[in-house]
Amino acid sequence: MAQASYPEDLLYHPEHDWARIEQGDAALATLGITWYAQDSLGEVVFFDPPAVGLTLTKDSPYAEVESVKAVSDVVAPLSGEIVEVNDALSQNPALINEDPYGEGWLVKVRLADPGECDALLDAASYSAALGG
Amino acid sequence: MSAIGENRLHTDPGIDSHPLPASAGAGAGAGGSGAAVGSTPLQRQAATTIFQKGAPGRRAFQCPELDVPEVDPEQLLPAHLRRQSPALLPEVSEPEIVRHYVGLSKRNFDLDSGFYPLGSCTMKHNPRLHERAAALPGHSRLHPLQDAERSQGALELMWNLQSALAEISGLPHVSLQPSAGSHGELAGVLLTRAYHEDRGQTRHKVLTPDTAHGTNPATVTMAGLEVVKVATGPHGGVDIDDLRAKADEDVACLMLTNPNTLGLFDPSIAEIAEIVHGVGATLYYDGANLNAVMGLSRPGDMGFDIVHFNLHKSFTQPHGGGGPGSGPIAVSDRIAPFLPVPVLTRSHDGSFALEEDPEGPGSKSIGRLRGFQGNYGCFVRSYAYICSLGADGLRDASETAVLNANYLLARLREQPIAEHLPLAYGELCMHEFVLSGGPMKRALGIKTLDLAKRLLDFGFHPPTVYFPLLVEEALMVEPTETETKETLDSFAQAIAAILAEAAEDPSLAAEAPYSTPVRRLDEVGAAKNPVIRETLG
Amino acid sequence: MLAAIGVGSLQEIFDRQIPEGVRLRRELDLPAGRGEQDVYEHLRELAERNVSCEQEISFLGAGMYDHYVPAIIDMLTERSEFLTPYTPYQPEISQGGLQVMFEYQTAISELTGLPVSNASTYEGPSAVAAAGYLAKLHNQRTKFVLSAGLHPHSIQTLRTYAHGYGMQVVEVPLRDGVTDPDAWAAAIDADTSAAIFAQPNFYGAVEDAAALSAAAKAAGTASGAAHAPVVICQVDPIALGVLAPPGSCGVDVAVGEGQSLGNRLDFGGPSFGMFAAREEYLRRMPGRIAGQTNDVDGRRGFVLTLQTREQHIRREKATSNICTAQALNALAGVVYLTWLGRRGLVELGELLLARTHYARECLASIDGVHKLHEQPVVREFAVRIDADVHAVRRRCLEQGVNPGVDLHALSGRPEDRGGLLVAITERRSRADIDRLAELLSAAVAAERRVAVPA
Repeated sequence: MAQASYPEDLLYHPEHDWARIEQGDAALATLGITWYAQDSLGEVVFFDPPAVGLTLTKDSPYAEVESVKAVSDVVAPLSGEIVEVNDALSQNPALINEDPYGEGWLVKVRLADPGECDALLDAASYSAALGG
Repeated sequence: MSAIGENRLHTDPGIDSHPLPASAGAGAGAGGSGAAVGSTPLQRQAATTIFQKGAPGRRAFQCPELDVPEVDPEQLLPAHLRRQSPALLPEVSEPEIVRHYVGLSKRNFDLDSGFYPLGSCTMKHNPRLHERAAALPGHSRLHPLQDAERSQGALELMWNLQSALAEISGLPHVSLQPSAGSHGELAGVLLTRAYHEDRGQTRHKVLTPDTAHGTNPATVTMAGLEVVKVATGPHGGVDIDDLRAKADEDVACLMLTNPNTLGLFDPSIAEIAEIVHGVGATLYYDGANLNAVMGLSRPGDMGFDIVHFNLHKSFTQPHGGGGPGSGPIAVSDRIAPFLPVPVLTRSHDGSFALEEDPEGPGSKSIGRLRGFQGNYGCFVRSYAYICSLGADGLRDASETAVLNANYLLARLREQPIAEHLPLAYGELCMHEFVLSGGPMKRALGIKTLDLAKRLLDFGFHPPTVYFPLLVEEALMVEPTETETKETLDSFAQAIAAILAEAAEDPSLAAEAPYSTPVRRLDEVGAAKNPVIRETLG
Repeated sequence: MLAAIGVGSLQEIFDRQIPEGVRLRRELDLPAGRGEQDVYEHLRELAERNVSCEQEISFLGAGMYDHYVPAIIDMLTERSEFLTPYTPYQPEISQGGLQVMFEYQTAISELTGLPVSNASTYEGPSAVAAAGYLAKLHNQRTKFVLSAGLHPHSIQTLRTYAHGYGMQVVEVPLRDGVTDPDAWAAAIDADTSAAIFAQPNFYGAVEDAAALSAAAKAAGTASGAAHAPVVICQVDPIALGVLAPPGSCGVDVAVGEGQSLGNRLDFGGPSFGMFAAREEYLRRMPGRIAGQTNDVDGRRGFVLTLQTREQHIRREKATSNICTAQALNALAGVVYLTWLGRRGLVELGELLLARTHYARECLASIDGVHKLHEQPVVREFAVRIDADVHAVRRRCLEQGVNPGVDLHALSGRPEDRGGLLVAITERRSRADIDRLAELLSAAVAAERRVAVPA
């Protein structure tokens, strides 16, 4: 994805991770990394998916994304348990670059405490923090 | 294409029926045939490995005859412990081996062939005397477990080397054991931990500047401690206020190199030492930049407790394409009890010995870091170097290294170079300096990487690129003392020429190099689908 | 030059940068420099005070061995293009070195039967410690179980590193010369990060590697742990012409001292360490790895790959801190394996098996000399002597034969008192072995008389 983009319907963590809360289920969220994160990394060559069932703790790393020049922690924006992992990434990790908010999603999580969403940033705040 | 070359062992029917390997020139890889593209002879020569050469039955080695009575193989080694099918090593003759590897050597640039200003690597001339000395059978065919009385020459050499390193560093106690700089760093952090533990303290943090060499943070983690970064101030040295804020009783050590990776001698070094020692922490010196200060300033006098040396940098152990190296350490009195074993000792009669357990049961040593006593072959070469140069020669080497760096810097600060590649920090430098390619990128549309690749066409090895991370589009240049003024001038001219080209046509550098045995390589593809061995069978 | 720089004198460059307080205002207290001829004479004189394998018939081993290094290795490792470049950070002009690494990785993979090899580590014992670190990163468990058959230097090095990165170390004793299978199984549990043994072991015995690996996996998963411990084997590469390779014995990571492969003794270094593993550990491998790729015109080429694992990119998250490795020594290693060739490695192994067996039988038939164990041996074996080992060795040395390593002096184990470790290479002929037997026989007899005065 060539142009920076921060969709309005997502919530953002300062460590460059996003969360999309499911329509119709406030305790289910899809997580991924932002445009800024994938742009900083360069072309992603490897994503080692965490296991389904793994418990995520807000603000702690739960996986790694690897590009030719760096390995970056993926930080959990919210706490919960992984219920699904994006298997397409093992064959095509570049999806994280091409479509970081769509096909490049990383995991789906059953949230432990949906109230944690309040601590996250909206698109405007997150992109403002970047621009600063 | 399989991701990892398969191990064909279990399918190999046997040594005699093994088919010929795939023919040379087929050129594996997703990109194309890999053959006959390009205008230089080396480019037209497709890369074929030794595994793609040879034929069944060819050999170089002639096994000595069986001169002992034959015994039933089952009695020698039961079948269930035996190898069932051989390793698929090549079947080639000596002429084929020589032609193959000599051919490979021609696809390498090297220091003997050209200027190699890799910052932080100290690519200075490797005197050939050292190879002759190291090849003497008394050094090269000496078994590491030979009795002390029968290896006094070797032990004296090590002792003399230790003494010289102690004098150069200003720290009296030396261990030659670590295998390379990063191994010496590990020793240093383990020594620091042991020192604190001995005083009943558990400290968790190691401070490193944000300009630190990559091995520093990795080493700290391996030694069970945590890295905390210290900021760099506006003049390129350690940010003293940030250091004061972060230096507390949970800090075990500050790891520094001086001059730092920006090539700048930190004028506040005394104050830094005071702050660090003030909280009871140790000060560790990364010797990668020692070439700037030999005979001019000593880390021990700067206040460092532990120093590591890179014999393959300042002391001319050849780099070998990536090793071997050697990373001896020197420490102050308070750290000495923790040094690794074995320890080289000298008795009252003047004879030397390696003591595995000099302190006995109360030993505070951190223990062993590797087998035997270290890379003796490197000691021979470095010792020969120190003998050749002597006190005045070593100082002269550092003075010349600094002179050359400042001269080259001065040439590169002339226009039109300076506006595109400004010096990142400072005015003068020590033995190396860091330029920023940021303005070049914005004005001319070529990055430091492109500049480096285009330099290859001019017959130079590029400087270190993208390090330290602190500097945008960094270019770290270390000419060393063994280069002539003429070489430095021609390098500056090449830089100017490349910038002038880029002003006309940035694509020239962006697609460089053109004349090297291969052109730009797909590193992303290599990381995505690693193929790290030849597929056989 | 000074004018170009803009200073009045060379000293001004230093005066302006180095504070007076840390400026060395005297000459270094070292001898003055000397010319090449003088330095050479000095180095030669030091060499002459060493008794090398050129001056005595040596049966010293215990990790490094006096093999014959063919002349082509000297010629190739002295070539400027291999001797003097740095690590290949600009791959376009380093295809020679990178391809050597790729070939080396292929050769080590073949030798060990494991698909993934790095481009070398420093040497044997620290490779064992690095493998332990890999296991720790992989499964975050807290304990290493290791066989007492590992080389003492490997055990000591592993303990030093393990103290650093925080692992408990448990040692399993030998029984009848090999790792005690019951004690091995008993020691391994769900907390075990890695189970580590040597092949052949320090006392020269061939272990049942497949059985040890299987037992480690079974014991480690018995209580329901999801994953078995990482099985690590320190292997002698010369023996892999005849011994079943680690990869076909269930081993996960094979490491080893590479000196035997085309490298000089050099009083203990430099040499190189082998490091090979199963595919799943690829991204946790320490050190450099060369990978195949193509250039923009489709030419086959090689680059350093997976560098994110290495220190200079991953920094705190690196799998190791290795920067400089042992490229030149690995070059010697792959050239040596190529020189031996497919048949040669096997023939060499068969020769060593035969001569080692012969030597052991000869020595064991001496009155007062006993085999330490009855296990198969490949190129080294241990005996126990009913006399003072130090004195016996002295008598042999005086006659120009070094009979082997004083076991107790190296291992420190009380049960190794009286032990002698004897190594056989292709340079030790039958005549040499017969001479050893003759001298040892006389020496033991003489020392037994001394110990029991008439």
